[in-house]
Amino acid sequence: MSSSSSIVAMKKVVQQLRYEASINRVKVSQAAAELQQFCMNNATQDPLLTGMSSSTNPFRPQKVCSFL
Amino acid sequence: MRSPLSPEMATQEVPLNETLAHLKTESETLKLKLEEERAKLHDVELHQVAEKVEGLGQFVMKTRRTLKGHGNKVLCMDWCKDKRRIVSSSQDGKVIVWDAFTTNKEHAVTMPCTWVMACAYAPSGCAVACGGLDNKCSVYPLSLDKNENLAAKKKSVAMHTNYLSACSFTNSDMQILTSSGDGTCALWDVESGQLLQSFHGHAADVLCLDLAPSETGNTFVSGGCDKKANVWDMRSGQCIQSFETHESDINSVRYYPSGDAFASGSDDATCRLYDLRADREVAIYSKESIIFGVSSVDFSLSGRLLFGGYNDYTINVWDVLKGTRVSILFGHENRVSTLRVSPDGTAFCTGSWDHTLRVWILMC
Repeated sequence: MSSSSSIVAMKKVVQQLRYEASINRVKVSQAAAELQQFCMNNATQDPLLTGMSSSTNPFRPQKVCSFL
Repeated sequence: MRSPLSPEMATQEVPLNETLAHLKTESETLKLKLEEERAKLHDVELHQVAEKVEGLGQFVMKTRRTLKGHGNKVLCMDWCKDKRRIVSSSQDGKVIVWDAFTTNKEHAVTMPCTWVMACAYAPSGCAVACGGLDNKCSVYPLSLDKNENLAAKKKSVAMHTNYLSACSFTNSDMQILTSSGDGTCALWDVESGQLLQSFHGHAADVLCLDLAPSETGNTFVSGGCDKKANVWDMRSGQCIQSFETHESDINSVRYYPSGDAFASGSDDATCRLYDLRADREVAIYSKESIIFGVSSVDFSLSGRLLFGGYNDYTINVWDVLKGTRVSILFGHENRVSTLRVSPDGTAFCTGSWDHTLRVWILMC
């Protein structure tokens, strides 16, 4: 019957919302500070951010051989 | 480190009120409560916290390899853990494995369907998974023998009731996670094809998924046409967090490298960052001049840069902390449909409706 299946569906919705409402959250200021700290800690290891010398970068331009 | 929430908390309870009207009222009350709880902790914006951080200078990134060979739109690509091989899939039904250093094609498979929207490399590098309009995800072991017919060893793993939009191996070659136009995600055992867990909660097609970095435990995030991004517990099948701030389909989701946040890209022309511990959106990456949808997003290794592939053929590079764009990259001659940073972060690869893939690096 459609009304009992709507009730079952709504019960699931309410159950899910109760679950989500109950989780522990931290302040944005704290979460943001930790995101920032992670960036700072890893910045020097990030080749797309701080670069790699072309001699070690595997995607350096393909060299064309030439006879001197 | 976030500790996963215990699903049992939701079931020990006061009996739910039986009538539909009461349930609807309770649902509205809970939604308001969720908004209030999230708002209470919204004491500052991410870019304000990042004010003291040094700005990024000029970024020059260029294409260093162009992979040509697909006969139609490139829809998806993935890197091998060896940081040099790439698998890509196309509207013409072909799946190609490339050596990105040399641009040589190492393997090619023709799928029985067109629009192969999803492909993924196995962690071992010994197999690839793919699927699309066939509603399945199939695994092909890669043979060292170039003459061997790959299609002969094909293993059908996942079966959905609508198109396969994304797939990813978990930490091993043994399990695959899929998302589908049928509105669900699912976890499968590769060997037996058995369904291990299914994930219900999206109200429309699921378009994308990403697994949390292994240190953060067994969760993944999915995005869909219902404008929602859902975070799931892989063991229980429970949706543990849900975010609905985009104004249109979410085409791509990707975890921040620490696992504490994830980014999304949408048809609403914005990318957004959601922090999992604050349980809210903490940044929007947008400009008035950007009006075309984002098809795919990925972070650089440190999480400072967010790369977005757009339907206006460009790639926009964002400073994740400050919220500003640091570069716009041109090169593709049609929509950018897929984008991934390489496993060691030295390069990123884009695939496009212009039939090609490009590998980009930072020039310095």
